[in-house]
Amino acid sequence: MIVAERKSIAEIRNLVDRYTSILVVGCDSCVAECAAGGHRETQLLAAALKLSFQKDRKSPVISEACLDRQCVDDFIEGIAHQVPEHEAILSLGCGAGVQALARVYTTTPIIPALDTLFIGETEMRGVWQENCLGCGQCKLGYFGAVCPVTRCSKKLMNGPCGGSKDGRCEVSPEIRCGWQMIIERLTALGELDRLAEYVPPVDWSRSHSGGPRRVVREDQKP
Amino acid sequence: MNTESRLEKVLAAGHFAVTAECGPPKGSDVSVLERKAAHLLGRVDAVNVTDNQTAIVRMSSIAACSILKGMGIEPVVQMVTRDRNRIALQSDLFGAYALGLRNVLCLTGDHHSFGNQKAAIGVFDLDSIQLVRTVRDMRDHGTIIDGEAIQGAPRMFIGAAENPFADPIAWRVTRLAKKVAAGADFIQTQCVFNINRFEEFMLQARNAGLTDKVSILAGVTPLKSAGMARYMATKVAGMDIPEELLKRIAGVPKEKQAEEGIKIAVETIQRVREISGVAGIHLMAIEWEEKVPEILEVAGLAQRPQV
Ligand code: SF4
Ligand code: SF4
Repeated sequence: MIVAERKSIAEIRNLVDRYTSILVVGCDSCVAECAAGGHRETQLLAAALKLSFQKDRKSPVISEACLDRQCVDDFIEGIAHQVPEHEAILSLGCGAGVQALARVYTTTPIIPALDTLFIGETEMRGVWQENCLGCGQCKLGYFGAVCPVTRCSKKLMNGPCGGSKDGRCEVSPEIRCGWQMIIERLTALGELDRLAEYVPPVDWSRSHSGGPRRVVREDQKP
Repeated sequence: MNTESRLEKVLAAGHFAVTAECGPPKGSDVSVLERKAAHLLGRVDAVNVTDNQTAIVRMSSIAACSILKGMGIEPVVQMVTRDRNRIALQSDLFGAYALGLRNVLCLTGDHHSFGNQKAAIGVFDLDSIQLVRTVRDMRDHGTIIDGEAIQGAPRMFIGAAENPFADPIAWRVTRLAKKVAAGADFIQTQCVFNINRFEEFMLQARNAGLTDKVSILAGVTPLKSAGMARYMATKVAGMDIPEELLKRIAGVPKEKQAEEGIKIAVETIQRVREISGVAGIHLMAIEWEEKVPEILEVAGLAQRPQV
C-alpha cells in the first residue's frame, strides 16, 4: 500500500487560506490503513482546520467527504454533487488520489493535505516500513524476498557495503541493513548460492527513469 | 603487464607497495593540494585522491589527480557511484585515461547523508562491483556497458576497496571474491586497527585462493589524538577500533597522543607486513600528509623501488 503522513496545519493553512469554502476529502484505502487520510483523519483534520481558522477570526465553509478509493474514477464521482459548492478540495488522498481528483474536477483547485512517502507494509500497529520502489522488474526472487533496491540505502546489487554494522545500515541505527536481511534469509533458506553470481547493472528503463509509466490492457478496457 | 600503471609494475615485481591518500581541497585552491602532495612526492608508489569523501563537496578527483601527475606523482583516481550514473562514470573514465591517469579505485561511496549536501539525490546507478567490471570490460574487451565498442579503450589498473571489519563477517571474503572475479587487480582495505580480525580475514582470503589473484594493500591510518580515535570508532561508518587501542592512546598525555598514534601506525605496518598475502600498505594520514615520510622512515619503508 501507499504510506503517507499528514502535512502540518501551518502548511495546509498556507495553501488553503485563499479559499472561503473547502471540501476536505479523505480516502478509505491505503491512507486509511496508515492512519493518515481515512474517515477518522478526515474528521480530525476538518475539526483542526476549523479551530485554526477560528483563532484567526476566520470562518470559511469546511465540509467533509470520504471516498472508498480516491484514485479510481467510479469512486471519485461520489463527490460530484458537493464539488460545485466549494472553491477548493483539500485531499487526504495520496499523490495519485490528488491528481486523479484534479483530472476529474478540472476547474477546482485540489490541495494535498498529505506528504506521500512510499509503498510499504504495516509491520505492526503504528509502524510502516518502505519496501518497494516499483522498479518495474521485480528482483525479489533472487534476493530471498528482501528488496535490495529499497531496503539497501545504496541500492547495492552485489552484496553489503563496508558500512554494515551489527545488522544496521551506515545511514542510521534506525535502519536495518537490507543486505544483512538478505543474507540471513537466504542462509536460513539454504539458498545463499543465489548471491555468488555477479549481478549486472540494473535496467532502470522499466523504472521511473524511463519516464512516467502507464499500463494499458486492452482486455480490461470497457 | 596489463597497463602502464607504475603501481602495477611495483606489485608485479614483488615489491611491498606503499600507497598514500590525499584529500583534495574544498574549493579550487591548487596550492593546498600541491602543499599536501609535496609531502608524498617520491615517498610512495602511488597516491589516491578521494572522490568527495564522506559526501563532502571537494575538488574532483580526476582534476586533482591530473595536477598530481604534473608534479611527478603516480595518482590513483577514486570513483564513487553515489554521484554519477553510468553515462558520467564511463565518460569520466575515458577522460581520466586521456589525461594520463592509469589507476582507478572503484567505490560505492559513503552515503550522502554523511556529507554537507544531505538534500542531494543518491544516484547509485551502479554498485562498486559493477563499476569494477565496467572498467575491466573497457580495458580487456574495448567495450562499454551493453557491449558497444569504443575508440581507444582506457587501460586502467583496477582497484577496489574491502572492509574486513564490516558485517556480516562471513560475507566479507565472498564479497572480496566477487570483486576479484569482476576484475579487481588490487584491493585497498579499510583502516586496520583490529589486527586479529584482519589476520582472520587474510587467512580466509588465502584459503579462498584470492591472494594469488589480487594484491591486497592493508589500510593504515595514524590516529592524531584520543578524540579523533573516539570519533572514528563511533562516528565513521565501517570502522573497528578495539577498546584497548582507544585506552592506549587516551592513556598518554594530550601532547604525546599524536606521537603515540604514529607509534601505533608503525606497529600496525610492521604486523601487517608479517601476514602472508599482504602486498603492501595504503597509508591514509587524514589531513596529516606531512607525517607520511616520518612514518615510512620508522617503518623501514622509506626506500621506494625503481621500476
Ligand atoms: S525489486 Fe523492484 S518491484 Fe521488486 S520489491 Fe524491489 S523495487 Fe519493488
Ligand atoms: S549498510 Fe547495508 S543497507 Fe546500508 S547501504 Fe550498506 S549494504 Fe546497504
